[in-house]
Amino acid sequence: MTEKTTTPKVILEVKGVSKQFPGVLASDNVNFDLREGEIHALLGENGAGKSTLMNLIYGLHRPDKGDIIVNEKIASIHSPNDSIALGIGMVHQHFMLIPVFTVAENVMLGDETVKRGSLDRAAVAARINEISKQYGLDIDPNAIVGDLPVGLQQRVEIVKTLYRHAKIVILDEPTAVLTPQEAEDLFRIMHDLTARGVSIIFITHKLKEVLAVADRITVMRAGRVINTVNPAETDSAQLANMMVGRQVILTVDKQDHEATEEILKVEGLSARDQRDLETVHNVSFSVRGGEVFGIAGVQGNGQTELSEALTGLRHPTSGKVTIAGKDLTGKPPRSITEAGLAHIPEDRQRHGLVLSYSITDNMALCDYYRPPFSQHGVIQPKALDENARKLIQAFDVRTPSAFVNAGKLSGGNQQKVIVARELSRPVKLVIANQPTRGLDVGSIEYIHSEIIKMRDRGVAVLLISAELDEIMALSDRIAVMYRGQIVAVVETKNTTREQLGLWMAGAHVETA
Amino acid sequence: MDWKRFSFIGVIIVVLFSLVVMVGQVKQPPLLIITSMLATTIAVATPLTLGALSGVFCERSGVVNIGIEGMMLSAAFFGWLGGIYMYNLYGFAPGVSIAVGVFVAILTGAIMALLLAVLSITFKVDQIIGGTVINILAVGLTGFLNRQLFFGKGSVFGGTVPASPGVLPTIHVPITELFTSICGTSATCLESVKAINRVFDQKPVAISAILLVFISHYILFNTRWGLRTRAVGEHPKAADTVGINVVKMRYANVLIGGMFAGLAGAYFTIESVPSFEPLLTNGRGFISLAAMIFGNWTPIGAWAAALVFGASQALLINMQIFRDVIPPQWSFLQESYIVGLTPYILTMFILTGIIGKTTPPAADGVPYEK
Amino acid sequence: MQSEKQSNSLIKRILQSISEAALIPFLAILTAVVIGGIIILLVGGDPIRAYTGLIQGSMGSRKAWSETAVWATPYIFAGLAVALAFKGGLFNIGAEGQLAVGAVFSALIGYALPEWLGFDLPVYIHLPLAIFTGMLTGGIWASIVGFLKAYTGGHEVINTIMMNYIALNTTSYLLNGVMKDKSPTNVIARTPLIAESARMPEIFEGLRVHWGFVLALFVALFIWWLLNKTTLGFEIRTVGLNPDAAKYAGINVKRTIVITMLFSGMLAGLAGSIEVTGLNYRHELGFSIGYGLDAIAIALLGKSHPLGVVLASFLFAAMRNGATRMQFLTQLPVDLISMLQALILLFVAADAIIRYIYRIKAKGERVVLTRGWGG
Repeated sequence: MTEKTTTPKVILEVKGVSKQFPGVLASDNVNFDLREGEIHALLGENGAGKSTLMNLIYGLHRPDKGDIIVNEKIASIHSPNDSIALGIGMVHQHFMLIPVFTVAENVMLGDETVKRGSLDRAAVAARINEISKQYGLDIDPNAIVGDLPVGLQQRVEIVKTLYRHAKIVILDEPTAVLTPQEAEDLFRIMHDLTARGVSIIFITHKLKEVLAVADRITVMRAGRVINTVNPAETDSAQLANMMVGRQVILTVDKQDHEATEEILKVEGLSARDQRDLETVHNVSFSVRGGEVFGIAGVQGNGQTELSEALTGLRHPTSGKVTIAGKDLTGKPPRSITEAGLAHIPEDRQRHGLVLSYSITDNMALCDYYRPPFSQHGVIQPKALDENARKLIQAFDVRTPSAFVNAGKLSGGNQQKVIVARELSRPVKLVIANQPTRGLDVGSIEYIHSEIIKMRDRGVAVLLISAELDEIMALSDRIAVMYRGQIVAVVETKNTTREQLGLWMAGAHVETA
Repeated sequence: MDWKRFSFIGVIIVVLFSLVVMVGQVKQPPLLIITSMLATTIAVATPLTLGALSGVFCERSGVVNIGIEGMMLSAAFFGWLGGIYMYNLYGFAPGVSIAVGVFVAILTGAIMALLLAVLSITFKVDQIIGGTVINILAVGLTGFLNRQLFFGKGSVFGGTVPASPGVLPTIHVPITELFTSICGTSATCLESVKAINRVFDQKPVAISAILLVFISHYILFNTRWGLRTRAVGEHPKAADTVGINVVKMRYANVLIGGMFAGLAGAYFTIESVPSFEPLLTNGRGFISLAAMIFGNWTPIGAWAAALVFGASQALLINMQIFRDVIPPQWSFLQESYIVGLTPYILTMFILTGIIGKTTPPAADGVPYEK
Repeated sequence: MQSEKQSNSLIKRILQSISEAALIPFLAILTAVVIGGIIILLVGGDPIRAYTGLIQGSMGSRKAWSETAVWATPYIFAGLAVALAFKGGLFNIGAEGQLAVGAVFSALIGYALPEWLGFDLPVYIHLPLAIFTGMLTGGIWASIVGFLKAYTGGHEVINTIMMNYIALNTTSYLLNGVMKDKSPTNVIARTPLIAESARMPEIFEGLRVHWGFVLALFVALFIWWLLNKTTLGFEIRTVGLNPDAAKYAGINVKRTIVITMLFSGMLAGLAGSIEVTGLNYRHELGFSIGYGLDAIAIALLGKSHPLGVVLASFLFAAMRNGATRMQFLTQLPVDLISMLQALILLFVAADAIIRYIYRIKAKGERVVLTRGWGG
């Protein structure tokens, strides 16, 4: 897009930066540079040290050693104040927005315009409108942020950086919450920004995006920079190899499999969220034994409430849920579990585990009250130990002992504890919500293979995921959820990424 | 939603007030009953209002303050003590001694709040435990010093409680004077202005409590300080990323909260009665918290809720009017122990959220970790 | 060989965890004692004499030991009440009210039941009945708060405090009215003496220590067993540590909250009824004031572990008991003990301060005891 005649100057340089956290060297002698007006992608899997590096640049952490050079001067960045003053802005993966504030309040926070002691909201709104028009962002300064869809919230974050005259913008995993089409929109905005002289660091773990949008790519792994390459001189396989350090099977090995009888049947299900808004609206579908039924959709379109309503964690407002012929609508979690449900919850630390319990106790979290774990209301430690030892081995949980608290395990091993506990029971239905979120590639591969194993054993699997690639790789059939409704159900082999993306963006609803 | 809740409560109060007036008009003119009840309402609501403001500042910045009771108690003691020392040992005039007492009370509140801040912000102690520590410490400290200073052998005042410099005087708010010319010759106008004036002729702490409600509301919702305070209480990390010092904001707001609680303490021993007895705050700090919750963490809302408590007290104080009307088998309701239950039951009722749920700041009670 | 090594390491692990658990409370007490000494100096007392008095008064003789045990008895029950609630993720500040309610009803059964029935009951029926009534009423009193917490989200901290005031007012009303000791010389708000058949026997002739003390130790053991070895205990602990995971695991969280408060209140109620049946033989207004706050301090000092609670109860009992001797020796008021206890609580609760002073590294994750308003 941008024509470059001479080599542009380096606007930001990171030289030999290291940062040690308890137990992990998050940045290991990192070198990195950003040229004026470029989009520089920082690629790496979860825990590779990308976010740490950005937090160092942004002043949220201090490096143990090494220098950060901005505009050819060594910068001493002690806090975000310093980095903001140097023209650095950051859009965090988890938005740093206050839901109950208006757009204008969020934007001005920390850099308020004050007239006679009180906030000058009108002046700020005018500035926002100006920026919004300039970059085609289409933001209403008086809207309450919590009411905006995720895509617009992200734009508010971008406005925040521009409001502070940022010349360097860091985007941390910005596409994680977007539909493919929204992501395209974001890429357009990114190019608009670079055309006006803004430089962008684009953090992601998605190979395709990097190849599509970046001017240069730096790959990180385990806190180290592996290489910096031009997109023209590389391909997905090579990047994946650099990211993970070994050959990666990019597709899941899956044989065709005959689906059997209907196990889960959902009819006209509706549910409300904490704020009492109906976020699941009249949803109907069914899952058969021996198939993986995937629910795709951008985060926050009702998937959380749907899975909670199915597993008994939330009371549905109307509709019917049947598992293996048994009406379980609105029944408590225990009845549903006893009917043959295995539930891998969305938030493993909140729902799936008691972090200060040992692995042993966590392995029996759903069965503790039944023989052999309990007899006449008394816990049987021997049975618990036996169970834990067996499962740790069978599911390859990496831990020094079964007495270790679950909180001490890595994310991947925590998830394995849950998967072991849930899938080792005699079950008819597996509901897995975002089962690989935030995990390393090895754990992702392992959990994918376990899910396929269950399917091949004739179990019905309901997979909910915001990762379209994961849905496409594992599912036999795919439903798309948009604003609380199932807008489409298709066989995986009869659809494309683009088609699903359109549905995820609500194209169906608008054309209809 | 909010106005609905308060109008509901308002209607109930109006009905009860009218009941009292109807029963009482045989003995006193209705206007007199109403104004005296309203005046009592405002006066009784004062420590609750200030306590609730204390809670609002602390919790809006993300620190749960369950130690308001202890802050009030110790401020009441030390403020009173300060006045007595000035008056008896250093021979200052009563007015000066009282003023010093108020100052000491506010300072005490701030010091206790500093302890809470150190515990909950710096050392990240569970905030409810931190507040409980403040409460227990206040009981122990005031109990011990009260005994040691006044009753212990070789105590400073030789085994007796010395004379106190007295209490704060009632201030005449010149409403009548302001409106006399406007009213002109209309007698009813003058009459009602005078009645309103009777309601607002209060003592200094009560008057400043009302002013502070509106000042606090303005600060919280229209100034840079307020915006940052709320940001820190809703999403401290977001505030941090735009360069706001979360720890500093929380410390400052907890200290401000402590001063409010301190002023509330002054109400007990410097404005209301010139004496101290152990445990005299009697749960008012906790009731303030209920008022704060009911007022949805806004100063004006909290004030309205505090007035509800005040009104219920004012009603009960006027219960004697009913003496001749109540059938004998219900007369036990007039026992002070039973009458005294009302604010506590009202608090529990409010906390059920039956009259409408309120939402605390999102990061209320959560220590900030980078 | 293998198993021996294993059991060796197991013992080592247990010993290590005990010394780790006891280290902070020990240092907290030490620090509080030092600061208490400074305060004594400041008010013109002699700290050495004061502390000597404390120790003599609490452990200097057979009688002193007996009196310490007498003091410790209600502390153990009430401390267990708070500790059990903590384990279930609830902060019971209302032990004081629950205790008073239990005491009132125990006393009522103790003095009035024979009158109502018109004949005397044997001790093996009357005494258990009096104790059980006190326990149950205390439990019901507390479970109201548990119910409000579970089904309306009303925060237990404020509600238990409100229930304290309600209990205080109501018992005042009763003890000044219908339940007042009507004997002509009495001017105090107290009940009549309970019948002989509702009194607990002394353990040793001439000493006040009664069987309630032994019962307290047994109950502590029982609570430990309940929490750690039973299915119900597992449920209480899981709800306390992570209510979301508990719900996911199929535990009825609301019911567990009510049960936890019920049990907690029953323990506090026991504290009251044992005081009535074992020691005072009546309930007198004001005797229980302060127990609730002491119980919180004891539970925190004992790290909510039943054994810890028993030890902490002894410490607090010794301080209360020794205070009289201290006052006799130094003229310092008994209230000094409240100060000391507040300081101990401060340092136990804020163990970060102790770690900071003595440069001890924190281990493991922070334990969340209570939660905010968003029930």
